[in-house]
Amino acid sequence: MAIISVENISKKYTDIQALDNVSFQVNEGELYGMIGADGAGKTSLFRILTTLMLADKGKAKVNGWDVVKDYKKIRNSIGYMPGRFSLYQDLTVEENLHFFATLFNISVKKNYDLIQDIYIHIEPFKTRLAGKLSGGMKQKLALCCALIHRPSVLFLDEPTTGVDVVSRKEFWEMLCKLKKQGITILVSTPYMDEATLCDRITLIQSGKILSIDTPQGIIKHYPDSMYGLKSSNMNMLIYDMQKAENIKSCFAFGEYLHLSFQNDNEAARDELRNYLTEQGHQNIELKQIMPNIEDCFIKLMEK
Amino acid sequence: MLRFLLRKEFKQIFRNKTLLPMIFAMPIIQLFILPLAADYEMKDISVAIIDHDHSVYSQKLTSKIAASGYFNITAYPKSFNDAFEFIENDKVDLILEIPLNFEQELIVVKGQKLFIAVNAINGVKASLGVAYLNRIIADFNTNVRLQCIHPERFNIVPTIRVTSSNWFNPVMNYRYFMVPGILVLLISLVATYMCALNTIREKEMGTIEQINVTPIKRTLFILGKLIPFWVIGLLVFSFGLFIVARFIYGIVPVGSIILLFGYLSVYLIAMLGLGLLISTYCETQQQVMFITFFFMMVFILMSGIFTSIESMPAWAYIIAKCSPVTYFIDVIRMVILKGSGLGDIQYHFLMMLGFAILFNLWAILNYKKTM
Repeated sequence: MAIISVENISKKYTDIQALDNVSFQVNEGELYGMIGADGAGKTSLFRILTTLMLADKGKAKVNGWDVVKDYKKIRNSIGYMPGRFSLYQDLTVEENLHFFATLFNISVKKNYDLIQDIYIHIEPFKTRLAGKLSGGMKQKLALCCALIHRPSVLFLDEPTTGVDVVSRKEFWEMLCKLKKQGITILVSTPYMDEATLCDRITLIQSGKILSIDTPQGIIKHYPDSMYGLKSSNMNMLIYDMQKAENIKSCFAFGEYLHLSFQNDNEAARDELRNYLTEQGHQNIELKQIMPNIEDCFIKLMEK
Repeated sequence: MLRFLLRKEFKQIFRNKTLLPMIFAMPIIQLFILPLAADYEMKDISVAIIDHDHSVYSQKLTSKIAASGYFNITAYPKSFNDAFEFIENDKVDLILEIPLNFEQELIVVKGQKLFIAVNAINGVKASLGVAYLNRIIADFNTNVRLQCIHPERFNIVPTIRVTSSNWFNPVMNYRYFMVPGILVLLISLVATYMCALNTIREKEMGTIEQINVTPIKRTLFILGKLIPFWVIGLLVFSFGLFIVARFIYGIVPVGSIILLFGYLSVYLIAMLGLGLLISTYCETQQQVMFITFFFMMVFILMSGIFTSIESMPAWAYIIAKCSPVTYFIDVIRMVILKGSGLGDIQYHFLMMLGFAILFNLWAILNYKKTM
């Protein structure tokens, strides 16, 4: 059953088309990712679904309720964590949590089991002002506050932007746990590596949906074979690859260059090896690899 | 629910270590200082006297001016050009020129002319200075006539003697008049600015988004913003009236305190509503500061605190009547100085109720639309 359904939603700001005929569905209990660069329209979509903004066109439903007509019911049953930290910086950790609980007319104690795993990390700092917390702590507190009324759907807008690698990893582990509790989660992120942790993802660019699939599905549909290329002089390698022939695409990616050939066969690979040896490269390593989400995203953007 | 909202607001206000002392210190300090700035009595007007005569009479006139207490004779230049230089350098406000043969012609020809030049950059100082100086010269003239003319003949001329009595402020102490007015201004500033800035802060910090996704009602949220500053407004006013005004200026309200506070309560709701309204149209604290400043300047200067609104041109009078500050200044003076009752201020009461309803309703409607 679709918990979130979006049908042909469009939103235009004075001169920017933020969302252009967007449609997708999120099933119950799914961890659903919106992947896109900054300015792709992710936040606009979140604001429409959380009843903070009206769409120009199209329909959207959350929990079967219309975002315009039944906004009151939706507000009771969702948790929203905006991209920007927006809790009261001049209240303490504890006070923020209790305040948001009272807004839903419940006590912290009642739903403590749900947030326990997360809250335990910040409990030692519960008398500290929220504004004085570190980035990772702030995110955890914001997640606690968004969860305290036991929402059935959780909207997380770029929850890990500006958070260190360890906290990011912890944060995603928490999301997986919440998913097990049956909470449907819609999460947006500009980080491609986080996409593989989602059940399904939507790639979005300039307000348009590029692709909807499972992360594996998206990778499987990558049309070309992908190769990793490495040599002892990486800087020169990038430069030389720009002049190489028979190359379809080539990007620097971590310690390897990711490339695909226009005409892919054994001869082409040998030709490339020879060309690079001529250019004076040593320890050339060329091997076939699995494309990742980012490769797919770049590919889709090019179309 | 409201209880929790209020608890949160008060916590935030009391935790703000710069704002809280300012809310209370500002009105008190300003109540000490500002009445001095609104002093209409002119003292220490600098005069240059050009005495071409050097006679007994001119000496007498000079010492009479010096003894009046209003003037400082700063220079005795030789010519008008010298004296004018003093005016240009802002050393002198007034020039009095006593012509040659002043004494002789006064007695022989029975008439003589004096010349007064005034630096009119400061209009109040200029007109008051000339008025004071004319009084002194007229007085001097009477003395001269008394000396020259037989008393019997002089008395034949019928004269009107004017005696005036100042009702409600017998010794014409301008402070009785100004201090309550200034108290109104301070209360207005505290209420409008605090409410507008506090609300815009929620917007700027993004916390309003987090509030808006909860099922909490708008009116409740707005009430949570109004009540704390309403209470603070009442406290600041009480402090100003019962402590500063009474013990420093000796002002004891003649009229009913309950009536005054009743009016204040409605007035505060109106001004808080204005602050809220401004914040719904703004995005940043800067915008709020500037727009509030604009409105408060107009409201204060047009409120009749310094100048009577009845003497304004008709269109300005209408603007003054559109300002809530005008009504409260009127009411506070009526109640404190005159002891007016509810019957006397019922028109003011209705107008203020109108303002309160208008501003708050408008703010709530616009809040719904813009958020």
